This record gives sequence, C-alpha cells and structure tokens, in this order.
Amino acid sequence: KMRHASADNDTVKNTSLTVTDLFKICAHCERLSKKDIGVRIPRPLGNGPSRFIPEKEILQVSKVDARTQSIFEEAFSLGHLDNISLVMGFHPQYLESFLRTQHYLLQMDGPLSLHYRHYIGIMAAARHQCSYLVNLHVNDFLQVGGDPKWLNGLEGAPQKLQALGELNKILAHRPWLLTKTHIESLLKAEENSWSLAELIHAVVLLTHYHSLASFTFGCGITPDIHTDGGHTFRPPSLSGYCVCDIANGNGALEEMLGNQQVRVAEVSGEVEVLMERMKQLQECRDEEEASQEEMTTRFEREKTESMLVATAEDEECVPSRDVSRHFEDPSYGYQDFSRRGEHVPTFRVQDYSWEDHGFSLVNRLYPDVGQLLDEKFQIAYNLTYNTMATHQGVDTSMLRRAIWNYIHCMFGIRYDDYDYGEINELLDRSFKVYIKTMVCSPEKTTKRMYESFWRQFQHSEKVHVNLLLMEARMQAELLYALRAITRYMT
Amino acid sequence: MEKMACVSTVSSRTMFCHLDAPANAISVCRDATQVVVAGRNIFKIYAMEEDGFVERLNLRVGRKPSLNFSCADVMWHQMEENLLATAATNGAVVTWNLARPCRNKQEHLFTEHKRTVNKVCFHPTEVHMLLSGSQDGFMKCFDLRKKESVSTFSGQSESVRDVQFSMKDYFTFAASFENGNVQLWDIRRPDRYERMFTAHTGPVFCCDWHPEDRGWLATGGRDKMVKVWDMTTNRAKEIYCVQTIASVARVKWRPERRWHLATCSMMVDHNIYVWDVRRPFIPFATFEEHKDVTTGIVWSHQHDPYVLLSGSKDSTLYQHIFKDASRPVDRANPEGLCFGLFGDLAFAAKESLMTGEAGRKPYPAGDRRYPIFFFKKPDVTEQFAQVASALSVFESEADGSSRMDWFIKTARRYLLSGKPFAELCDHNAKVAKELNRPQVSTTWTMLRIMFSDPGNPALPANHNMSKLGNIPLMNSFNLKEMSSALNERNKENRQDNLHNLETNLNNDENEETEGSDGQAEYLFGDAELDDDDLYSMEHENQAEEAEFSLPQEAFPLRHEIVDHPSAPEPPAEKPESPQVSGSEAESFCLTPMESISLISVSQLLYQPQLPPSFFCPVVREMLDYYAEQGDVQMAVSVLIVLGDRIRKEIDELTQEHWYMSYIDLLQRFELWNVSNEVIKLSTCSAITCLNQASTTLHINCSNCKRPMSNKGWICDRCHQCASVCAVCHHVVKGLFVWCQGCSHGGHLEHVMEWLKSSNHCPAGCGHLCEYT
Repeated sequence: KMRHASADNDTVKNTSLTVTDLFKICAHCERLSKKDIGVRIPRPLGNGPSRFIPEKEILQVSKVDARTQSIFEEAFSLGHLDNISLVMGFHPQYLESFLRTQHYLLQMDGPLSLHYRHYIGIMAAARHQCSYLVNLHVNDFLQVGGDPKWLNGLEGAPQKLQALGELNKILAHRPWLLTKTHIESLLKAEENSWSLAELIHAVVLLTHYHSLASFTFGCGITPDIHTDGGHTFRPPSLSGYCVCDIANGNGALEEMLGNQQVRVAEVSGEVEVLMERMKQLQECRDEEEASQEEMTTRFEREKTESMLVATAEDEECVPSRDVSRHFEDPSYGYQDFSRRGEHVPTFRVQDYSWEDHGFSLVNRLYPDVGQLLDEKFQIAYNLTYNTMATHQGVDTSMLRRAIWNYIHCMFGIRYDDYDYGEINELLDRSFKVYIKTMVCSPEKTTKRMYESFWRQFQHSEKVHVNLLLMEARMQAELLYALRAITRYMT
Repeated sequence: MEKMACVSTVSSRTMFCHLDAPANAISVCRDATQVVVAGRNIFKIYAMEEDGFVERLNLRVGRKPSLNFSCADVMWHQMEENLLATAATNGAVVTWNLARPCRNKQEHLFTEHKRTVNKVCFHPTEVHMLLSGSQDGFMKCFDLRKKESVSTFSGQSESVRDVQFSMKDYFTFAASFENGNVQLWDIRRPDRYERMFTAHTGPVFCCDWHPEDRGWLATGGRDKMVKVWDMTTNRAKEIYCVQTIASVARVKWRPERRWHLATCSMMVDHNIYVWDVRRPFIPFATFEEHKDVTTGIVWSHQHDPYVLLSGSKDSTLYQHIFKDASRPVDRANPEGLCFGLFGDLAFAAKESLMTGEAGRKPYPAGDRRYPIFFFKKPDVTEQFAQVASALSVFESEADGSSRMDWFIKTARRYLLSGKPFAELCDHNAKVAKELNRPQVSTTWTMLRIMFSDPGNPALPANHNMSKLGNIPLMNSFNLKEMSSALNERNKENRQDNLHNLETNLNNDENEETEGSDGQAEYLFGDAELDDDDLYSMEHENQAEEAEFSLPQEAFPLRHEIVDHPSAPEPPAEKPESPQVSGSEAESFCLTPMESISLISVSQLLYQPQLPPSFFCPVVREMLDYYAEQGDVQMAVSVLIVLGDRIRKEIDELTQEHWYMSYIDLLQRFELWNVSNEVIKLSTCSAITCLNQASTTLHINCSNCKRPMSNKGWICDRCHQCASVCAVCHHVVKGLFVWCQGCSHGGHLEHVMEWLKSSNHCPAGCGHLCEYT
C-alpha cells in the first residue's frame, strides 16, 4: 500500500518511530506536530496555494471576475478546485482550455481505462518527484478502482505499464534520444503490447504531467487541503524538507520580505532596460543582417550556454522514498543536449512541426485531443495583456517568442527562421537559470530562483511565464515522441 | 493537342531516381524536359530522359551551404526557362538564374520576411513578378528588376501557407492561411483583401486555381478535405468536396481534364490520388510508389494529363505514367450485403449480375422480393466505370425459423445472477423449454447436474429427468458422457435389454474402432422419430453439425472413458478426444428405451462423484459450439451463470468476443437493460469498462434554454440556478429527477412524495407526470 496515501495509519501501526524520526522537521514544526498527534485535527499546511506567491495576491474567489468565477465553479463541481487551478486563475482564458483538456484526457472517452490514466499520471509526476501531483492522482487512482498493489511501485503494475517506464524516463529527461525502436518495443510486445491509440493517449498524458510537474514546482504549489500533506500534522511528503521551508531553506519569511524590498529598490529600471532592448531589436533587425553561419553559431551557443547554466546549488536532493517507488533508475536525469560528444542532429521545426505533423497524428489516433492541445498551445503562446510590470501597451510577442524558443533550444529544437541572438539580449542570467531549472529538473526549483528573476514583475506575469514554459516543454516532448511514432509508422 | 501527344511520347514510362535527401518541393520547366528538386539538403536539377532521370545541375554549392539553400518551396518560371525561385525556411526568398556563368547561380536574395517562407509563385504571364507567402502572415510581391519588394500584403493573421496567382485574372491571387481562411487579393491594392472566407477548420495547406475554369479554386486542409470553390459568385460557393484520409498537403488540377485533380498528404498516407471531384468517394487513380509522405506533385506539362512527377521524404523522385496507375474502382467491390434485425436480407450487386439470375433462381423462402434499381445518369465526360447496382430485399417469412422472437424472449427472461446456481439453471432451462428450445433447456439442466455440489444433490425437478422414472438423479449427471460413450458400440444391441447391453459392452472392448459409419447413419435416421425433447433436440443439433462425416476418428475414444471412468482427463494419446467429446456428447440420440438402459449401465460403471472440473473441457466445447452456431446468447449466459467454474477454461479474448457480440445483438434489439446487466456481470475488463464510457448527459439550462456547458448547477450564460426543485424551489445539488414529458423535476424524494398525492406536475404546467 502506498505509504503516503495512508500515511497516518501506517505511521501509527507499523512503527514505534516518532514522526521526527521519519521526517526531518525543524523544532518549530515539531512542536506543532506533537501537539497535533493527540487530537488529529486536520489543519491546512502552508500559506495558500503557492509557497512563492503570497496568499493575498492569489485571487480570492469572491473577488474574481465572472469568467474566472464560472470556471472555478465548473472545476469545483467536477470535484477538483486544486491549487494549480487557483494559481492558474490569474489567466482564466488559459485555465479554461487547460481544464477542458485535462478533463478530456482523464475522464472522457479514450483508449485507456481510467485507472491506467491516473497511474500514468503518477508515473510521469513521480519522474520529477512531484509529490503534489502523485498524491492527487493516487487518490483518484484508488477512487476509480485502481489496484492498490500497483502503488507499491512499477513492478507491482502490469507488464504493459512497466514497459512504459522507459519511455517515461527518456521523455522526461532526454526526449531527443527517443527512436522508433522504443516505439516498436511498446507496440510489439505480444500480449502486453500497446495499440497506437493507447500509446498516443499515454504519450499525451506523460507529457502533460511532466510539464505540469514543472509548473507545480515553478510556482511552488502547496499540497491541496484534501490530500496528504495538505492537512495533517504531517509535513508534505516531499520528505527531507520541513514544512516551513519546503522552498529549500529560505529561512524566515519576514527576513526575505525585507530583503526583497531592498532588492526592488536596487533593480528598478530592469523592466525599462528590457523594453529598450526589445525596441532596439525591433528596429535594427532589418539593418544588420547576420550571416547564416553566424546564425547557426548563435543557436549552438545558446544551446551550449543553456548547458552551462547551473541548476540549483548541487546539494543533490535524494528522491523521497514515497515517490521514487513509482519509477526506476532515479539517477537518470536531464542531461544537456550537447554534452560529451553525444551529438544528436538538431531537430528542425520546419521538418516536423506540431501544426503540420504532430496535430494530424494525434488527431488521427485520439480524436479531438489534437484540437484541444492545439488550442491550448495557441492560447499559451499568444496570451498577452500588452503589459510589462507597470507599463501598458507593450507588444510582448518578441519576448514570448524568445522564451518559447529558448526552451525548445534546450531540447535541441531549432527554428530556421529565428535569430538566437535575440535570446541573449532579452533573457538575463537569473531568468535563464530559472527556466533551465524549471524545465529540466523542476524539483530543484527554489523560492530564491523564483524571486530573483524579473524582480519588478507581477506575480501574475511570472505565472504567465510559467505557463509558457510548461506548454513549450510539453510541445517539445510531444514533438520528439510523435516524430518517433511517425518514423515507426513509415 | 499535338504538343501533348509529342510530350507524352518523350518518356512515357514510370521511372524514378534516388535523391540524396528528402525533397520538400519540385517544379518542372515549361517544356517538361527538366525538373528541379528542392529540400532542406538538396537543390538539384534533373533531366527527364527516355531511360531515366539524369542529374544536370547541383545548385547547392559552397563548402557549408547556408540556410538560404534550405528550401520549403521551389518554382520554375513558366516563361523564362533560366529562372527559378525558392522559399527558404529561414525566411529568405531567393531567385536563381541558370544562365549565370559561374557555379553559384543565385541571383537575388530577399530577406524581408521575418519567418519561414512557405510558398513562392511566379506570375503566369508577367515575367518579372514574384509573390511569396510567409509564416509571419505577410505576402510580398517582388519585381525582379528591383532589389526589394514592391508591395506587401498583410493577411492580418498568422502564417500564410500558400499563394497562387489566378490563371485567368491578371491581377488576382489567392492566399490560404493557417487559421482556415482563404483571401483573394488584387495585386494593385495592398491595403485590403478583396474577399475572405473560411474554407477549412484548421490550416489550409494548399490551393490551386483551375487552369481553364475561371474562378474555380481548389483548397486542401488539415481537416482532410479538398474543396472546390466557385469564386465567380458573390459569395465563394463550395461546389465540390472530397474527403480524403489524411491532411491534404498539395492539390493540383489535372491538365485537360476538367474535373480531375491530384492530391497528396502531409502525414501518414504516402499515396498520390487523382480524384474526379464529382465522384468524391473513391479515387479515380492512385500512385502508390512512395515509401514516405509525398511532398511535391506536379503535372509534367500543362497540356499533358498523363505524366505526373512527385518528390517525397523518402528521397526519391518519381515520374508516374497514368496507364500504370492503380484504379481503385476496378478493385472496389460493387456488391453489398446486409442482414436486417429480423432476418431480412438486402443485397445489392452489379445490375448485370442480378438481371441474369433473377428469372432462374427464385429465392426459396423469399415470397417477396423487391428489386430496386438505382440509376445514375451516365456522364460521358466521366471516365469512371459506370456501375449500376440492383438492390434486392429478401424478407423473411412472418413466422419463419429466422424470426428472432425467441432471442428477445430468452434475453428478457433468463436469470443470470441473484439466485443459487442450481435455481438459475433450472429457471433458464424452463425458459428455454417454454420457448420450444429443448436442446438449450437440456443443456441448462445438465449444467446444473454437472456443477451442482454432489454432496447436496438437487431434487429431480427437471421434466426430462422425470421421464427416466425411478432412476436416481445422482447418476444422471453421467448421462451425457455415458450416452455418447456407449453409443457407437451398441449398434447391435439397440433393441437389447440391459443385460445384453452390458455383456456386449464388456465384450466389445477389443473392437473399438469398428463400423462406426453404419451406426452413425442409423442414429441420424432413427432420431427423426423421437418426440422426446431431450433427444430430438440433440438430433437436430447433430444434423446441423454434420458430425456424421467424421465419426471414425471420434467414436473410438469413448472406450477410454468407459474403461477408466474415474480418470479426470481423457487419455493423452488421443489428443482429439477433449475437443470432440463436448459437442459430440450432445449430439447423440437415443431412443428412450436405450437411454434407460444406458443409465442403468452407468449406474454400474460410474462412481457417482466426479469433480466438476472433469466437465470443464466438455462445457468449453459446448460453449464453443453454441457460439459457432450463432447462439452466442447461450454461450454468454452459461458463461455468466457458471462464473468461476468455467471462466479459466476459456481464453480472455474469446470471452470478450462473445460478450461483444451478444451485447451488440442486445443493443440492436434495444434490450438496453439486459445488455447493461450483461456488461455488469461480465468479468472481462474490456467489457465492464463499456459502462464507464459515454456517460455524459447533456442538459440545457431550464432558464435560458441554452446548453449548459459547465457541469455545475449554475448556468454560465444567464447565471441562474438551472436546476431548481419544482416542489421546494431550492437548488438541486444531488440527484435530480425530471419528467421527460414536461422536463420539470426536482429532488428525488420531493418528486416521489408529490406524485404520490397528485398526478399533475408540481410546477403547475398541467402535464400529467408519472413516476415509475
């Protein structure tokens, strides 16, 4: 049985250990938890849906506009108004599309049975040690009648799902290594083989949850009140951390707030600089024409540089036991695209794009999903309020494109018609660190990273960035997976 | 026309050559002697000669060719034979002059587009005019005598996928967009398009003007459709639509054939189709040579309808000759056959076939037969094979054997769960008996006997057994095995009494394999006379099965069973035995006389307790047999009633197949409840999940009458609570029950309560509601 799905019982019955032995907890929290063990009154943990964004910033249901309200209502009536939705509520247009897609993938007609879908969600989220999503789906999985034995680990699941482990691993960390042999081994496994339609469904689910894990860490989503870690005395199942500083040791909140104010003063003008650069790029683009070789070099440089961007302080966080049981080979992580001579040909979007190729393949095998994803990608890519921090009426398309293409660049996907020099102009180092961490090893995202990029921007804008990152990542993974499937089919 | 003939004789065979890299586009020069192939890593000119393609020129020069060579599209000028234009993936538009003396033939480089250029197009009659369409949403018109574009057209939307000058209107061009729109522009007016309409859902990948018909535009989209638009009217009118099986990447009208066009697809499908737009269901011709998606198609010459060139991602360049094309219509089967629910049969076939046979072969049971002929006025311009079909409907006789009443009644009345096993069997046996299906009835009875707990024998409630008088039921569970086992060797003893039979049996052991034929014949003939349900049914069974054709192999096995009555498995050296035994066991027919004697014998020979598993192979065979006979109802019902007793014996796929067939039948007869019960009782995961699919119920808001798109109780359009209880006037948040007549309703308890005391709708609408 899944430990953290029923952690309270297990803790009580199978050990004489105290809570503090199982989980590292600071003195403050220990006091709290000791108090609670006796009474067992559930209480919310954390402050609001996100650890990064002050609760009061996140829209209160009573204050939101009618549209967001109705989306929340709908989500609520379906049984989930999770913290992810609350944070996404900054961008109702996107949220609507996101929820529709997710609902379709999990609940509506599709090739995979319901418990398979949730289990795949668990597998995918566990790859990034995202206990938030794992817990959410463990509950759902059991609710739709899933076999609790599967939760003991992948080896408890049917052969067919085990076979998916490899794909999950590659897709999550190094999708460019995916070949048609991987696809073939899934589709031709005698009685355990996947059908093409099932595989597409699984691939969409995997990529959806990989990228959602990125979002969850990127926005510091806290556990829902109804899931484990959301309400008991027990800390969130990301064990190894304490409740109060789950954001990887950022000390006291007040201290940080104080710091932040100082910093804001220091960096004012950051936005203006960025806007100035965008303007310059816009204007001088026609004049100075970089040579083709120069363009290629710029792409390669971005690619290599993205590799040098250090993710997190390398205090290797050991995956928590609870979550790691859902995947094998925990050491397998993101590896830079162009590291150690492992050279893979650049993926050219002009040769295999979502719009022309991916869409058709998905829609053919899993009707309507192509449409839903297409819509979601477009909304995420085109979303703009024409604002930057306090400035109104700004055309942000250049910035958005730079972010999108930078992420694809990290996955080795190149747009022939993009000048990668722009990325260097527009994205500063701390932002790149954040992007890299969130996309490639989201579990290492810290509150400090979240705070240190774009310091003058609104939280809603940072969430907007997160949406872009998440969708760009999903599309990148999908492109590799679908290309492999296409190659298998031809 | 002369020209055409001359062209097609130059090289009139299907041929191909390997390219070094995948092609993205191809184009031919005007006199159809050379073709240019362009792609990310290839840019070459080939000459088309009698014995194949010959490489003439490699335009991709330089040590490290730049992205300007990475072509998304290419076009050869149709008037100026040395002029080519390419669209590069990095946004450059490049023109090439083959007459340049140096190796690098590049003439102009326009880098005005910010994104990939998807398409370039020369004006058909104006030498210096070139048009481009790009991902950045702009179209640009270049005058090749100048260094930059002369006009820019903004589509006011995302990417332009195709641009095409009109063949007939000098100033007009069409542009197709990723958002599904098609725009018409006047080249002199860059400020605004002349006309815009939505042609497809999703991107329109290509468009092509008809070479002769002014105003006909063909478009192809990601939505897998090819549409032909008439632009001469005020609103663009869709006049033809062809549905293909994959997104349409290119469309090209066929020269000299007014209604023909060629298409190829972007994904999955590698073939090139030539369609007659008037016959949208089946391609006129297909070229199936490519191994990967076809990326470029072009007719070799504007007056030659017989030669088509194509380039593909599989790195080949093909010349297709029309006479080598496959014609799907020739392979299409113009016959259709369909069974109606009640045994009616409709049959459509080529008219010629039907008229020939109509007089000679009247349908034996078909008292009524309606030949219906559909005629399509033959169109001489269509080169399609004209097929006229005749449709005949054979109605089954009103009370013929093919009537399905028994099926419906059986389905309704069978009990599949909820009672002890023995009772279920008895009940079902009774149902079968009442419906005059004695064989089935007997099967149920036997199942009960075989699988009931021997320590707790059921009472001989069965009517069949009562015939056997004083013979204890305990033994009769051996009846089936015994009767078949003893059958063939008793041929001489049929009339004999118990004693003789027994003796004979014992003596007979050495002559196992003898003379089964004669005996079998006898049996079949004889059985006609029986009116006993048990035996006559079994006879019928056998007649259908035509078992008598192979008695030789089958019968000897019985000895083994008799000799080793307690052996749980038939001996291994006779591998056929388990297979045969089941169906055969049932197919034996004996006179009542014999059966009595047999059972007496069995009393002597058998130990009364055999484990139920002993029968499993037999029952499995029996189920297979029923399913084979088309009575999948029986197979599934037994499967459900026996449950775990038999499930392991039958492989999952077979079970699933049976379930699916039975559920399908039930649903065709609109027996929804039964079908649902079967789904619930099934143990196959593939079946039980049927109940979880399509469970959405769509409702309209009771207030504004529009569909409730959100799943809650509040309508998101009128912001009213949509489901208010008509009794208590509060919002219903749980179970909502409503009258299907007047659509008023409310809380389940409230409505129940209300309708106990009143017949009228609680809302006061005057409808007489009913609650059942």
